[in-house]
Amino acid sequence: MASIQELENTASQVRRDILRMVHAVNSGHPGGSLGCADYFTALYFEIMNHSSDFTMDGKNEDLCFLSNGHISPVWYSVLARSGYFPISELNTFRKIDSRLQGHPTTHEGLPGIRIASGSLGQGMSAAIGAAMAKKMNHDDKLVYCLHGDGELQEGQIWEAAMFAAHNKVDNLICTVDYNKRQIDGDTDDVLSLGDLRAKFEAFGWEVMEMNGNNMASTVSGLKAAKHLTGKGKPICILMTTEMGAGVDFMMGSHKWHGVAPNDEQLANALGQLTEKEGDY
Amino acid sequence: MAKYEYTEMKDTRSGFGDGLLEAGKRNDNVVALCADLTGSLKMDAFKDAFPDRFIQAGIAEANMMGVAAGLTIGGKIPFTGTFANFSTGRVYDQIRQSIAYSGKNVKIAASHAGLTLGEDGATHQILEDIGLMKMLPGMVVINPCDYEQTKAATIAIAEYDGPVYLRFGRPKWPVFTPANQKFEIGKAVTFQEGNDVTIIATGHCVWESLKAAEELESEGLSVEVINIHTIKPLDDEAILKSVAKTGRVVTAEEHQMNGGLGDSVAQLLARNNPTPIEYVAVDDSFGESGKPEELFEKYGLGKSSIVEAVKRVMER
Repeated sequence: MASIQELENTASQVRRDILRMVHAVNSGHPGGSLGCADYFTALYFEIMNHSSDFTMDGKNEDLCFLSNGHISPVWYSVLARSGYFPISELNTFRKIDSRLQGHPTTHEGLPGIRIASGSLGQGMSAAIGAAMAKKMNHDDKLVYCLHGDGELQEGQIWEAAMFAAHNKVDNLICTVDYNKRQIDGDTDDVLSLGDLRAKFEAFGWEVMEMNGNNMASTVSGLKAAKHLTGKGKPICILMTTEMGAGVDFMMGSHKWHGVAPNDEQLANALGQLTEKEGDY
Repeated sequence: MAKYEYTEMKDTRSGFGDGLLEAGKRNDNVVALCADLTGSLKMDAFKDAFPDRFIQAGIAEANMMGVAAGLTIGGKIPFTGTFANFSTGRVYDQIRQSIAYSGKNVKIAASHAGLTLGEDGATHQILEDIGLMKMLPGMVVINPCDYEQTKAATIAIAEYDGPVYLRFGRPKWPVFTPANQKFEIGKAVTFQEGNDVTIIATGHCVWESLKAAEELESEGLSVEVINIHTIKPLDDEAILKSVAKTGRVVTAEEHQMNGGLGDSVAQLLARNNPTPIEYVAVDDSFGESGKPEELFEKYGLGKSSIVEAVKRVMER
């Protein structure tokens, strides 16, 4: 069991990876990736029962899905640092002949990925299917899925939400990265999400809230979510985060959603994040 | 030299339903999902036999496709069931990303394809689905010609590892292929051998082609009729071999001319053996309400249209 300090150290290293990856190819999505660094670190280094010896069916393991595939840098970093593939491979992100595509895919055979994502709104359905298969297979492990909040504007999400509750898919924990920002601006300005708690509750989900940029809160929140499984309802965590979390000039707006830092900005950002485990 | 025998009238969707039940008996991992059309898709027998392996998805096809993709991760072999229109155009991006690009072992069972859906009209009569699906890398596209072939195809695709689009129809249609036949994905079936012209047909148009061939033979032509039940991967070898002999081709399908079987055949021939070809297909048009046979006649897919197309190609 990792200490909170150890997890924070890992998250700091993951944030460095994210920044260096998007900077190297001058493309990618640092904002949401930085915001979810604590979540992914907690999940892979503390919460999930998983093996880096990857199998597609993940039998008797917890599974992780990323529905908002554009924040691939954070997932790639965490997968590499938990042993799914060499850390040096992060250097191939978004380059030709890489397994680390702009958006995650099974197509290039990257260990840890079980379905392609990128076109938004599709991950919850896939996670539900995987969770139902676990039940059919008498496998009592859990399925986690992360969503962007802007992504909830996709209609398929609500088809899936209705379906999961109807079918009592209670081995599923869907987390919403609730940073209240999307490419074009604040979600409230683009297309209001309204009362997300009330919406998910009305759809028949168990809803909880969690601070996703405080490691202790993230770990305890995810543990609390696990205790809510197996009670007949799918679980939704509304995870409050800050887009760009960990880098002062990237926080507070939507503008770092999909923009890479230049050399100077990278140096500034890395200066705010201690190198704990060695850069790739 | 005909190699078929008419037995009875039966719908291809019942072939799917019966094949699904059989596939379910043979493999516990076969599961079925349906978007509120269980009766229409003839999935009741599977549902009754395997209630724990049947998933009612409701009228939410996009989610159904995603759930099916997710089920494969746990080793399941999901068959999704809804009308062809809602199995393709409505959920194209879900199929593209979550199934095709992700290489998932999902079987997309699409009923009520084409004009022969009949009275419901153009909103439901998809004529673009073969084109949509065959463009997806790695997607197998199958359109069987009768009840027995549909049943055999359903059983066969359950044993194949990879995404498959299986297209079939609503009306009762002549059954003329043998019961318990072996279905080989990607393998053409020659129903009649001849030397003057090759008719290459799929789905409901195969029977019409055989009737057309009968009429043409009585007028002295020697007609070869090939059934392409698998549009992708296409049986290049069978087509090229036949065309090397006849030098003339007519394709027949219940689909738009753009993007259908005819286009696949034309592409193959253009690259390997440029050959005069005439299409029997819907010519850039939507359908309308009516009886299946009336629609086949009006939109030029029936026996008489195939006879005319053969006569045209013979003059080229």
